[in-house]
This record gives sequence, C-alpha cells and structure tokens, in this order.
Amino acid sequence: MSDAMAQANAPVPTKQPTSESVGMSYLETPSRKFVTIYLPLIAFLIVLLFPFYWMAITSVKPNQELISRAGNPFWVIAPTLAHFDKLLFHTSYPAWMWNTVLVSVVATFFSLACSVFAAYAIERLRFSGAKQVGLSIFLAYLVPPSILFIPLAAIVYQLGIFDTRWALILTYPTFLIPFATWLLMGYFRSIPFELEECALIDGANRWQILTKIVLPLAVPGLISAGIFAFTLSWNEFIYALTFISSSEVKTVPVGVVTELVQGDVYDWGPLMAGALLGSLPVAFIYSFFVEYYVSGLTGSVKE
Amino acid sequence: MTFLERLQNNRNALGLLFMLPATVLLLLFLTYPLGLGFWLGFTDAKVGRAGEWIGLENYQFLWGDAVTRLALFNTLFYTVVASVIKFLLGLWLALLLNRNIRFKTFFRAVILLPYIVPTALSAIAFWWIYDAQFSIISWLLVKMGLIDNYIDFLGNPWNARLSVIAANVWRGVPFVAITLLAGLQTISPSYYEASAIDGASRWQQFRHVTLPLLTPIIAVVMTFSVLFTFTDFQLIYVITRGGPLNATHLMATLSFQRAISGGALGEGAAISIAMVPFLLAAIMFSYFGLQRRAWQQGGQDK
Repeated sequence: MSDAMAQANAPVPTKQPTSESVGMSYLETPSRKFVTIYLPLIAFLIVLLFPFYWMAITSVKPNQELISRAGNPFWVIAPTLAHFDKLLFHTSYPAWMWNTVLVSVVATFFSLACSVFAAYAIERLRFSGAKQVGLSIFLAYLVPPSILFIPLAAIVYQLGIFDTRWALILTYPTFLIPFATWLLMGYFRSIPFELEECALIDGANRWQILTKIVLPLAVPGLISAGIFAFTLSWNEFIYALTFISSSEVKTVPVGVVTELVQGDVYDWGPLMAGALLGSLPVAFIYSFFVEYYVSGLTGSVKE
Repeated sequence: MTFLERLQNNRNALGLLFMLPATVLLLLFLTYPLGLGFWLGFTDAKVGRAGEWIGLENYQFLWGDAVTRLALFNTLFYTVVASVIKFLLGLWLALLLNRNIRFKTFFRAVILLPYIVPTALSAIAFWWIYDAQFSIISWLLVKMGLIDNYIDFLGNPWNARLSVIAANVWRGVPFVAITLLAGLQTISPSYYEASAIDGASRWQQFRHVTLPLLTPIIAVVMTFSVLFTFTDFQLIYVITRGGPLNATHLMATLSFQRAISGGALGEGAAISIAMVPFLLAAIMFSYFGLQRRAWQQGGQDK
C-alpha cells in the first residue's frame, strides 16, 4: 500500500506505462487516432476552458458591446479597462483581496504545522490508539462544511470572533487539518524507519529527528499539502459567507457575490473582472506546482 | 533524568503532546459543532435566543413542509444525475489522457483548472452564460438556426435544474478524471500485452482488465464526488439562490436560507442533520459494495 502511495505521489514521474505499448496499437492509423483521441480531447478542452475565456473577454468589453446582440460576441472591438478601474478604485475589492491572502496564508501555515505534528505522532510515535486516531482523522475529512456552518456560526458568535478574520482563520483548519494530516501520513510512511533508528543511535532526540531528517525528506509532501490547503482556503465560500458581514473583512468570492450584485441590473463587466482577478492568483500558483497539486489531489483520495 | 528527557522516552506522552494542537482545534470546531448541530435540531433556537428542547417538532414540521420535500427531491436528483455524468465523462477523459498523446502534461494541467479556481467565481461566469437576454449559448444556437427564441435557462424549473447540473459537472469532471488517471497509471502494461496476445479486443481489455483493476479507486473517487455533490452549496447559491419557485433549492441552500437569512437556527440545523443519514448511506454503499466486490473478484479468481 505504501509503495503504491509513494509511487503515485512522486512528483514528475519519469516514465509511465502507457497503453501505447499495448500489443495492437500499431494497427491504429493516424487519422483514426485523431478522431478517437484528439477530437474528443479538444472538445473537452474547449468546454472546460470556455467559461474562463468568457470571463476574460467580458471583463474588457465596453457596456454597449455587452448589451448588443449584433456583431460577434466572441470578440471585442474596442477593449476597455473601465471595469477593472471601477473594481479596483470604486469598490472594496483590494481589501477583499488582502483579506483572502491573509486568511489563506495564515490558515494554511497554521494547519500545516498542526498536521505535521499530528501525522508524525500517528505514523511514527505510534502511541497507543494511534490507529483509531488516524481513522478518526479520515472520518473528520468526510464531514462537509455545509452541515457544520450553522452550529459553527453559534460557536463563533459565542467566542466573540464573529465578523472578524479570526473566525475564518480558526475555522478553516477544520477541513485543512484532516486533509493535510492524511496526506502527510502517507508521506511519512514512505520514509524508511532505519533513518530514524540511525539518528536515535547517534543520540538525536525526537525533535531533531523530526526537523533534521523527516521534514527535509517530506518536503514534496509539505508543498503538496500546502498548495492544496491554500487553494482550498482561497476558494472557501460558505463559512466566509456566514461568519462575515462587514464589507471590509470579506473575502474575494463572498465580496464579489454579495456586494457587486445589486438590484436587477447586473454589472457584468466588473463582475467578470472580479471573478477573473480572484481566480488568477490560484491559477498562477497552481501553474508552478501542477505536479505537487496533482499528487496532493490523488494522494488525498488514496488509503 | 529531567522531566524533558523522561517525556522524550515516553511515546504516549510525546504522542499526546504532538497531537494536542490538532486535537484541540478539531474537537472545538468540528466535533463540538457536530454535536451542537444535533442538539440544535431538537430545539427552537433563533438567532440571538437560546432555544428550548422541543423534541422532534422540527423534523415533523419539515416532513410536512412542501419546500423541504422539494429540496430533498432536488438534492437527490442533482446528486444522482450529476454524479453519473461526472463519472462517465471523467472516466472517458481519464482513458483519453492515459493514451500516448502529445502535450500530455499540458492537457492534464489545463484540464484541472475548473477544479482549482474558486467555485463561487466560476459560478458567476455560468450565471452570465445562462443570462436570459444575453446568453452566449442561445446566441450561438439562434445563429446556427436551431432555435428561434432565446432559452430561459434559469427561469423555468427543469431548465434551471439541468443548467446547474451542467455547471456542477463542468466543475467536477476534472477531479474525477485526474484521480482516475492516477489509478489507470498504476495498472501494469503487462496485463494489456498478455490480453492482446490472447486476442482480446479494446473493449474486452477495458471490460475485463481496466475496469476490475480500477474499481477500488472508482469507489473512493465516487464516494468523494457524491459527498461533495450532495452537500453542494456555492453553485446553487450563486446561480439561482434556489429559484425559480424553489426548483433548485438543495438541502444545504435551504438550511442556509432558513437558519442564517431567516434566523431559525433550530429548523436550519434540523435540515443539515437530515442530510447525515444520506451521506452515511452513500459512504457505506460505495465503501462496502464496491470495495468488497473488487476484493471478491480478486479472491474468486474469475
């Protein structure tokens, strides 16, 4: 089990078994391959990416082009930055952005620190009951936020952190810690015991083993868990919607949905500009760490 | 021996210390609210007023409430239809990506984009795509001569249900595809070579090699997918807010509306708690059903 895990988690797999080594694939002509593989693949790609294109093109279209049915809606004749100007200088958007960054970064680092200790204790200290604790961590991972937000709102209110960033920083770890601990447990499992035993014989204590041997070896796992946790907190919606009511502490997804939509006339330009700007940071970070993100995603659903 | 040294040699004490931050946080913000949710479901709590025990009154009321029944139907319909489509499209996409193709890394990276950007924000894009007056889909269909009038995507109950399902599928397919792809890559090519020598067709290879070996990971991936779909909130809240005429209200959005917007904490909590049996059933079904079947297939050596 741990072998399969380590294999699947290793970033940048060098050579993968492909079905091209399958016996009869040489019978496939290039044109047949185009129809059965590339054509569906391109169709998938167009459908999956179209909403982003639509977001981008709408955000630079002047209003009169947006509401005209004449002409080609897929293109823009006179691109404008007016929507971005309105968004950045006439709404609280920059404040929402700052809140989202702050909450995501703090919650991610905090959860990661808690998870490292928990995963190490479960996998390597093997205290009595470690197995059951590991299982309950997995079960905690399956508890969806949509059945927790009502009682959590009551708790957040009682603690006096309602409508503050602390409400989010302290509640996001409820879904980040179970996930990150589960992922890191898999990584720690793949580190050979012998390394730790050698260190113990050489007189290292547990703290030194954790910081000087286990953590450096688990860096890919830490990056995976970190990237994944960051995007999860950036994208979080229901807690931020429920626990925050003042405009200046809202996060981007909640701010865009609750404050840019007013009345019956929707300002599609600024809305799309807001959606685009709110999506870019995660997409940008993701582009640098694709392999880590994928290994985090696939590792999180493995046992 | 100092206290610190003794602590270091006791794995239970050290384990407890290491587990402390995570445990405190999860107990306070996960276990306690879960219990509190159960309790609130049996009370008539309102925002700013602690409730009193009223037994099963909330559940009795909700059982007779037409909107709640409709929300339950919507949730089941949404979950079943979206999950089936996500599974079929996701498996297809995973099989395509598992072939020897050019720009594989690029394809894989780009395909995951719908899953990583904030759902609330991509939902706004869908809202705009489904706009009654300026929908790009309607525009395209009209220009192609397939329809005469713009489609009222979100104004008609069944159109609205199918529209939000389409948005959910768009967001969920990448997750299913990429995780199933990881499963496909662990299948050794030698099985395919052996079956090809025995004269198996592509379909037979898929049916008798790929599918049985993939079943365990399908079980896990689909459990997660069903779980996320059943408890979905963001897409509905942003695109339709439950409308038209509650036709797209899910349990999660209805509980938000009753508890947070309406202030009836007890009633909202009861709706959320009513989701728990369904979630447990989904987990049990996929875990025991599919996992055991996979294990038996290996064991029986069919």
